[in-house]
Amino acid sequence: MPDERTLEVKVWRGGESGRFQAFAVPRRASQTVLDVVTWIQRHLDATLSYRYACRVGMCGSCAMTVNGKPRWTCRTHVDKVADGDTLTVAPLANLPVVKDLATDMAPFFDKWAKAEGRFVPADERPADFHTVPPGTRASRAANAGIECIGCGICYAACDIVRWNRDYLGPAALNRAWTLVNDVRDAGNDVRLAAVAGDAGCHACHSQEGCRTHCPKQINPTASIAGLKRATMVAAFKGRL
Amino acid sequence: MTGRTETRLWIAQRASAAVLALCVIVHLATLIYAVHGGLSAAEILERTRGSAAWLGFYLLFVVAAAIHAPIGVRTVLREMTSWRGRSLDLAAVLFGLLLAMLGARAALAVFGWGAVFA
Repeated sequence: MPDERTLEVKVWRGGESGRFQAFAVPRRASQTVLDVVTWIQRHLDATLSYRYACRVGMCGSCAMTVNGKPRWTCRTHVDKVADGDTLTVAPLANLPVVKDLATDMAPFFDKWAKAEGRFVPADERPADFHTVPPGTRASRAANAGIECIGCGICYAACDIVRWNRDYLGPAALNRAWTLVNDVRDAGNDVRLAAVAGDAGCHACHSQEGCRTHCPKQINPTASIAGLKRATMVAAFKGRL
Repeated sequence: MTGRTETRLWIAQRASAAVLALCVIVHLATLIYAVHGGLSAAEILERTRGSAAWLGFYLLFVVAAAIHAPIGVRTVLREMTSWRGRSLDLAAVLFGLLLAMLGARAALAVFGWGAVFA
């Protein structure tokens, strides 16, 4: 049976400058924030721009700012986040706004490249499958960060990104840390040099905004602390 | 500045922080203990004069502070203002030297060589 209540939804319209536009959306049971945005686009204003793909929390494309906090909207229930009967939906912070709720993710992923976040095979043509011994310190560290879906929520939640536009950010550094712990990878000298310094891991203040908001319960702060240790060891060994 | 230099600065700041943590505890504990005992500043100085141990301790304290503080202040300034580059690095070095000089002056006074710098 449909809920009789109505949700008042304020949605960001425009680009970097713009305004919030109010919509009235019928409240439903188990309604997600993405359901609300989609309902507005299908029934009230077809020009509303936003981004989503999988709707099940795998692709990382639907992140938005919901009542001031970055969230994955497809897995965020309205009941959990609505302030009474009101909801404010804005694009992710710390990224350029393309239009309405869609941000330009290019700066975010460019930083993955800057952090040398690509796999560098140690052996181009291995004769057999590599063995990754389970339960080792390295494999546990890589496992802890590997489920990142690249949604950009940690990047939007990070105060250091806000202060320092060059800062690589939690997701890119977390990616670098998973590769540092990948026994098949041979790119660590270049990678550690790329992530050291005031635009890299040493800028992190361990405020854990990333960890607080990560929908996958990853702890990028711990990954960044790992990079600090790894760069320190590399510096002592003269490899940085 | 290169990642290598930034990493070294980070290591220097962490290491000096560890020294400072110890020094501050010893300093405050001694201070509270001495004051509770009813000693005046003059009486405390009377006891520290000629003590190489206290001189060594406070010089270590000063060196740690002179390393730790400028690195932190430089980081804070870079985050909170648009000041960057060589001028900021130089200012941080000068700030460190100033701390070292003032601190050494105080440490030597505790030892009893204050008149040299007075």
